[in-house]
Amino acid sequence: MVMVNLILILLLGGVLAMLSESVSENMPRRVALVVILVDLAYLLSELSGMPSLTQLQAPVPDDPSTWLMHFKAQWIPAFGISIELALDGISLLMVLLTLVLGAIAVSSSWTDIMVKQGFFEANLLWTLAGVLGVFMALDLFLFFLFWEVMLIPMYFMIAIWGHENRGYAAMKFFIFTQASGLLMLVATLALVTVNHSATGEWSFSYFDLLNTAMTEQTAHWLMLGFFIAFVVKLPAFPFHTWLPDAHTQAPTAGSVILAGILLKTGAYGLIRFAVPLFPDAAMDFSFTAMALGVAGVVYGAVLAFAQTDFKRLVAYSSVSHMGFVLLGVYAWNELALQGAVMQMVAHGFSTAALFMIAGSLQERLHTRDMREMGGLWQQMPRMGAVAMFFVVASLGLPGLGNFVAEFLVLLGLFQVNPWMTAVAALGLITGAIYSLILMQRSFQGEPNPKLQGHGLVDFAGREMLTMAVMMVALIGLGLYPQPVLDMAQPVLQSLLDMTSVEMMP
Amino acid sequence: MNSSQMMALMPMLMLSLTAVALMIQASIKRDQAVAWWITGVGFLLALWGAGYAREFAQPVTLLLVVDDWGLFFITLILVASLVTLILSKDTFSPEGERKEEYYLLLVLSVLGAVILIQSSHMASLLLGMELMGVALYGMIAFPEKGELPLEAAIKYLVLSACASAMLLFGFALIYAATGDLSYAGMGAKAAAAYSREPVVLMAGSAMILAGLGFKLSVVPFHMWTPDVYQGAPTPVTGFLATVSKGAVFVALVRFYLEGQLYQYNSLLMALSVVAIASMLVGNWLALRQENIKRLLAYSSIAHFGYLLIVLIALAAAQNPGATALIGQAITFYLAAYIVTTLAAFTVLANLAGEDDSKSMLSAFEGLFWRNPLQASVLTVAMLSFAGIPLTAGFIGKFYLITLSIQSGLWVMLTALVLGSAIAIYYYLRIIFAMSKTSATKLKAQSAATVGSQDIVAALLLLLVLALGSWPQPFIEFAGAL
Repeated sequence: MVMVNLILILLLGGVLAMLSESVSENMPRRVALVVILVDLAYLLSELSGMPSLTQLQAPVPDDPSTWLMHFKAQWIPAFGISIELALDGISLLMVLLTLVLGAIAVSSSWTDIMVKQGFFEANLLWTLAGVLGVFMALDLFLFFLFWEVMLIPMYFMIAIWGHENRGYAAMKFFIFTQASGLLMLVATLALVTVNHSATGEWSFSYFDLLNTAMTEQTAHWLMLGFFIAFVVKLPAFPFHTWLPDAHTQAPTAGSVILAGILLKTGAYGLIRFAVPLFPDAAMDFSFTAMALGVAGVVYGAVLAFAQTDFKRLVAYSSVSHMGFVLLGVYAWNELALQGAVMQMVAHGFSTAALFMIAGSLQERLHTRDMREMGGLWQQMPRMGAVAMFFVVASLGLPGLGNFVAEFLVLLGLFQVNPWMTAVAALGLITGAIYSLILMQRSFQGEPNPKLQGHGLVDFAGREMLTMAVMMVALIGLGLYPQPVLDMAQPVLQSLLDMTSVEMMP
Repeated sequence: MNSSQMMALMPMLMLSLTAVALMIQASIKRDQAVAWWITGVGFLLALWGAGYAREFAQPVTLLLVVDDWGLFFITLILVASLVTLILSKDTFSPEGERKEEYYLLLVLSVLGAVILIQSSHMASLLLGMELMGVALYGMIAFPEKGELPLEAAIKYLVLSACASAMLLFGFALIYAATGDLSYAGMGAKAAAAYSREPVVLMAGSAMILAGLGFKLSVVPFHMWTPDVYQGAPTPVTGFLATVSKGAVFVALVRFYLEGQLYQYNSLLMALSVVAIASMLVGNWLALRQENIKRLLAYSSIAHFGYLLIVLIALAAAQNPGATALIGQAITFYLAAYIVTTLAAFTVLANLAGEDDSKSMLSAFEGLFWRNPLQASVLTVAMLSFAGIPLTAGFIGKFYLITLSIQSGLWVMLTALVLGSAIAIYYYLRIIFAMSKTSATKLKAQSAATVGSQDIVAALLLLLVLALGSWPQPFIEFAGAL
């Protein structure tokens, strides 16, 4: 019931935020922040009763009772569809990331959104509710439902409060995700039908479908259906074209949620569904998937380098960073998977922060074009320093979270395919290039004469507090990653065990 | 015919009585309000009759069959007719004009639809279709001042006449081949006739399918649809899209099933081509429409393309479990389509009325901020058409995809996925237009009072969401039919 409540709090909180607009125009954002914090506090208080998180027992994938939490209630028994939610180390990590970044997103909308605040905060909360559902649902029907439904509030956030080309971006975002989602729906239904014809029972439960027997060819096609839906969301090359548009046009809070959280649903889906449901097919396919990952790492970096738009550069850097996640998942050994999970968390913070800086710049300068910037550090030293921190985090400076993640992925990948590792390692160098170019063009270099005497306002208390949260998180992940690794380790171990058993002839 | 058979025809009797009552009323005192009320009470009585007749479910003469399945659809089209009636109240009440005849036409058209749904013989099929169609010409052309309605009515008249001619020719050919005009009789004798006169039998069946296809506006018989949708008064368009198409589809299913047409590969091939063409062409042409009524016309073409998958799946169904699923799929998809279409046209009738320029996409800009209720209803209707979870349309699509997978119809499935992917774009365009903030300076159109139309819209919204988020009761109900 705890998990249902977590989602309900956000859903009803959204309604409350919308209604609170009639009290005062600025009320919704306060309500939204309180709702998210209450949700987070509720989750933590429920967890405190559980055995220490660092010593989680390994959940057996097909035995729900070994999971941290499990909830199941009948929904549409005619098709064996139930409301089944469960939590293990990885989903818990993702849920925590979602709630923390959700609060940060509300903070970033504080002065950014000035019209229809009530509806905006409601959409934000509803998106978060959908994402929580995606991370917790273990009924494939329910999972698909959350997967699709979270798009609608996100669509509204881009379409209503986005920048100059928002209609196009919102449409493209929706169509890409929805069309690929249809493939996943077809694959899900086909999987369920295969299971139905074998057992005579309709069931959409993850636990029932895990060991469905099917021919090699069927497994291959079904795996592809899931794979495409997830890598479109991730996004991996060549399905990434919606991302730069959506991220650039979304309002700051929207970009934070998109980059910080929504992209992770794709990676989560790969780890939770695409590989475990079809282990053999996934292993056969791993070379192609890793090749796409490497292509994404390099291609994203090259395109990022060519951008003049601050937000677009950060958006392409996401393509590059998510390539590492894809590599980590399909290398499918413990080190690489740990790295992928780590990257999901660390990238969430570093990119969210960069998008917030981009948003702050746009609010002050009314442009995202870096050719119009330059030498901003002199006028806004605090913002400059913060930007410097997150830029070096993003390029993978040792001591910060992103380095741990990328290093683990490369280490794990080396055991599988040294040549690809060599190419992927180029991503670290190119990452440094585009990150430093970003810093050079905007905050350093010759001050742009047009910006002199504008009295640009530096970061103040609220913004510094938000940034400090993310800095602490990244330093923590970089210097002492063990808690996160411990949370993910048992889950990854049991997934690896299961798939290796499957692969034995 | 005994009294129990008479009872089984209760909905029809009630509608006929309503028609008579309307004529008597008009001869005594012409009053629009009274006519409206008589019609409303007549529909309610017919609804009661549809429930009452369930106990007497049986074949009635050679012409009609009364069963639970048909009675469910009669209930559905009566509800749709009630909505049409409520919407018509505003559209057809300009001061000082006497328009009672409209209600008479409406009742007769519904009567035709009821006959169509219960027909089990080609004679009653033709009777129902003509009664429904002829009354519809009048309803479409009713606003006498406009050019568009007149054009729409004539177009519909001419093409319907073509369809009827094809239908009749088809009947003649089938009669020549089998010597029987009842569906069941034809089905029983068709196998022998097929070995004797395959061409005559196939040509006859194909012509009947084409005649019904005209009414369903599947490609390539779809040409009239956008013009008629656009030209007809909005409540009538809604009526045409739900009652007329729904009844014809039910008749098609009966004819197809009882006549055992699913045995013939050449017919299946033709149906597949029609279905795929409808899905792709319908969705493709909808992309560039600027008028929402035209857009919905193309979208309905695509939806009947999706629905035809069910008929093709019937041929591949091996076990009784699969046939049960097919029955549920037809019931659910058609119900979802009718409810969603009604919701969309309720909003259109409220906002656009008869003014053609107000049904342009641009007239809907910023609707969210001017009229949140109507905008929400239209948004949910569009999401339901697009098949987004939590709406009725999604469960419908869920059925179709499951069926295609079970029957191994991969080509149809590809067309379905492709069509749905195209469709997202134009449904989203409407939602995007409504969410534009630039139009907020326009003042709220309607006063704060809640009219009966708002209540209807809200109820339909709830129905679409309820069917989509808690379908279990309805699935059980549909399974029992």
